[in-house]
Amino acid sequence: MKTTFLSHPKVRFGLVVVGFFVGLAVFGPWLTGTVLGIDPRANDISAIAAPPSSEHWLGTTQFGQDVLAQLIAGARGSMFVGVLAALIGTVLAIVFGVTAGFFGGRTDHILNFVTNLFMVMPVLPLIFIVSGYLQGTGLWMIAIIIGVFGWAGGARTLRAQTLSVRNRDFVLAMRMLGESNPRLIGAEVLPHLGGWIASMFLSAMIGAILAEAGLAFLGISDSGAISWGSMIQAAQSQSAVLRGLWWWFVPPGLCIALIGTAAAMLNFGVDELSNPKLRSATRRVVRRTRRVERAVAADARTA
Amino acid sequence: MSSPTSTATDEGTVLSAVDVSKHFVVRNAVGDSSVVRAVEHASIDLYAGRIVAVVGESGSGKTTLARLLARFYEPTEGEIRLEDVPVGKGAAGRGYHQTVQLIFQDPFGSLNPVHRVWHNLDRALRIHDRRTGRAERRRRAIGLLERVSLTPGADFLDKFPHELSGGQRQRVVIARALAVAPKVLLGDEPISMLDVSIRLEMLNLLGRLSRDEGLAMLYITHDIASARYVCDDVVVMYAGQMIEGGPKERVIGAPAHPYTKLLVESSPDPDRVGTTSRDEQFADAETLGEPPSLIEPPTGCRFHPRCPFAMSRCALQEPPRTDLGDGHWSRCWLHEEGRADEIGAESYSAALARRTTEPAL
Amino acid sequence: MSAPARTRSRTPAAAGRPANEVVLDVRDLTVEYIGPDGAVAACKDVTLSLRRGEILGIAGESGSGKSTLITALTRLQRPPATTTSGSITFHPADGRPGTDLVGLSARELRRMRWSTMSIVLQSAMDALNPVMRLGDQFVDVLRTHYPDLGRNGARDRTTELLAMVGISADRARSFPHEMSGGMRQRATIALALACEPELVVMDEPTTAVDVVMQRQILAQVLRLRREPGFAVIMVTHDLSLLLEAADRIAIMYAGRIVEVGTAAALYRDPAHPYTRGLRDSFPPLHAPLRTLQGIPGSPPDLRRLPSGCPFHPRCPVRVEACVSTTPALVPLPEQEAACLLLTPEESR
Repeated sequence: MKTTFLSHPKVRFGLVVVGFFVGLAVFGPWLTGTVLGIDPRANDISAIAAPPSSEHWLGTTQFGQDVLAQLIAGARGSMFVGVLAALIGTVLAIVFGVTAGFFGGRTDHILNFVTNLFMVMPVLPLIFIVSGYLQGTGLWMIAIIIGVFGWAGGARTLRAQTLSVRNRDFVLAMRMLGESNPRLIGAEVLPHLGGWIASMFLSAMIGAILAEAGLAFLGISDSGAISWGSMIQAAQSQSAVLRGLWWWFVPPGLCIALIGTAAAMLNFGVDELSNPKLRSATRRVVRRTRRVERAVAADARTA
Repeated sequence: MSSPTSTATDEGTVLSAVDVSKHFVVRNAVGDSSVVRAVEHASIDLYAGRIVAVVGESGSGKTTLARLLARFYEPTEGEIRLEDVPVGKGAAGRGYHQTVQLIFQDPFGSLNPVHRVWHNLDRALRIHDRRTGRAERRRRAIGLLERVSLTPGADFLDKFPHELSGGQRQRVVIARALAVAPKVLLGDEPISMLDVSIRLEMLNLLGRLSRDEGLAMLYITHDIASARYVCDDVVVMYAGQMIEGGPKERVIGAPAHPYTKLLVESSPDPDRVGTTSRDEQFADAETLGEPPSLIEPPTGCRFHPRCPFAMSRCALQEPPRTDLGDGHWSRCWLHEEGRADEIGAESYSAALARRTTEPAL
Repeated sequence: MSAPARTRSRTPAAAGRPANEVVLDVRDLTVEYIGPDGAVAACKDVTLSLRRGEILGIAGESGSGKSTLITALTRLQRPPATTTSGSITFHPADGRPGTDLVGLSARELRRMRWSTMSIVLQSAMDALNPVMRLGDQFVDVLRTHYPDLGRNGARDRTTELLAMVGISADRARSFPHEMSGGMRQRATIALALACEPELVVMDEPTTAVDVVMQRQILAQVLRLRREPGFAVIMVTHDLSLLLEAADRIAIMYAGRIVEVGTAAALYRDPAHPYTRGLRDSFPPLHAPLRTLQGIPGSPPDLRRLPSGCPFHPRCPVRVEACVSTTPALVPLPEQEAACLLLTPEESR
């Protein structure tokens, strides 16, 4: 199973790209500090809004900051928000969804009510209000807000899946042996939701990166922190589009698009892994079979 | 096959259901609710070292009965008694399931595909006795596997369910149930999803566990021949009710209820091959009818709309239980009316054909 | 055949025609599943012939290739399965020359389905459209195949077809989920007969229903096969059922036919040890009980077939040569069987 997962070209692409950005986020400061030797926040007065050059590979901003250094630093901010928000959202979805589905009855009623409440809440205005309250929104706060407001859909899915797993014979059998509920959930039910949880996490991560960018664009961000969203926001506020400073806003936009595509590719792989029916119907199988059929037909003609 | 041992019955019952009923409330898409009478007034006793088979068609309530005994459901009426002590409501806890274990029909569904054989046995052993060390549990797990003829047991511990054949899986399921040292094993069609050639081995295993190790066993099946092969006593269920019971050779060899007779005659019997022509065998077999709805079951005897011997009384009153000696009993008005001989007089389909040409009085 | 008179009386549909008139002729059919690591043969060199009005049973356990064989015969197979060799020749009743189904295009196959060959599947629920009334499904099929029948004509024919399987005309207004499992299965059989096919392939037609209903369905099939007149291929894992209902039976093991012969011969005197084991796997209903052993071991994995005769690891009478030589079908008076013990010593 593992080998077929990795042999998928889509999955490989996804893994490489996501891995690259994770690496960028982890080693970002070292890269900018040691390898490039440029502080992303430093202003180079000699090069203001300069196009790409040998000194500044991706050019500089209106403030004379190096775009490449900013991009690398921004990866850390964006990935941090993405991963943390996805983590919070997924954990909440599991807690609400799986618990509701597994126990049913009154527990289900209460948890499901809360889930539905979060689902119909107008998230964007709420985020505005909350972030207005919490003045000085750091990346931490942004991630928490995105995570806390974005788990309800996932909880729904997990609840439905748990409902279908909890009455399977193997869960009943282990319950009959006297297995405790936490162990039944942890050891028997959750492994079957792994595919769902993994793809939920991936899409939550993308959602959070986009949401962070969107919020930054709308002005809700930590003015001190650098993220891809804050880069685009800064470019926008300085009318970079009108002035043709494409090197300022295209790279962060591309990065967001790239990581979104990569996570979607990974998701395809996870999907096929957790749904064997999709696997057998792949085009590769059909192509392989047709090739044999053609060979047989050719043999018949020559014979 | 050993014959029913009379000594076993003296020890008293291990598990019994006393006059239990189970009604389910179902709602349709519009929201109207109706009551499904899945089991009504069923009583059964399980003894150490004996196997009781419950036979019937789907919808006869046999699986519901097994699940009542396993305490997946609370009975609507009646009670479950464990070693002559009534089991209280909600007592499906650890204590009960240390004594009573259920084997499911589908060996592919009752083992979690993500866990190795070892995980299943280890958890069961650990739950049963928390003090045992890992090495001791391993030794016991191997012992359990070898008890169900998976030898050498050590080779199977690290296997995943998908690496095992259907028969091996069902053996692992049985080993896991045995890990808590139960006194009662409930088998809900334990062989019906296995390949034909390995069913007998499984039946032999169940027989051995009961006769040699003294387990009380319930064997739920729709296959009368396999019930006859492995069990001591047979109970026949129809539309949620028990209609006949007793020693297997009496019930299957000389049915005392028209439905039992229909069931026996409908079962495939290769011994018939060559004795009569095929067309004779299947003559009149087209109008045998179907079991009724359990939402509005027929009044009186539930079998009367299909029964070739039905009298006007059958539609009005439920027949009482008639004891026929040797533990054989039946619920049919023919016994009360002194017409019991008619059941065995001719084949079911012949009786049915005669009935349609000359209506009863 | 040693008892031709008896054979004929058992297949009355063949009475007016030459007794051996063949409707389907399968030669050396091999079906493979194409995987990333190479091909796995799920059906190997299967040769079968089916006479008009005959009921041919195919019995086998899981992984024996019986389902693969059916999807190949009906040309319903999907990748990764593919027919790599052999022919399936269908001979129409009107005396036109036979056609090899293997080479037919999807369009030609669609024309043949239902009118010359139809299929009854194990799960009636899958064969019936859940959101269409039963009668409308019949009308649909009838009007597709007989455009000039008209709406009323199709309705009359539907009533007639349902009556054939003992379903009253008012049931035509029902949806499939409103009917019992047995009634649904009978309805699919009636639907399969809608265009008077010459061949009906049934895949475990009675597995999902209870014994009483099973008997009713078989009785209906036996009668209908005489009146409209069609041949039946019935695939099941339940040999005891086939022994009673089929004219001839083919036993499959690991993708091959290991024995084929009349039902009576296979029951009385099975020549292959696997057939013998299978026959003895059914406890008797009335005869005195004795301990039976079934067949030790499990059916083999097709990806890792044992060498030589695939049955040899489980065989109680194997000889040394079984490990290395794959036996071919040997003709015997009443059946054919593929076992080395039946081949002369020197030719092993």
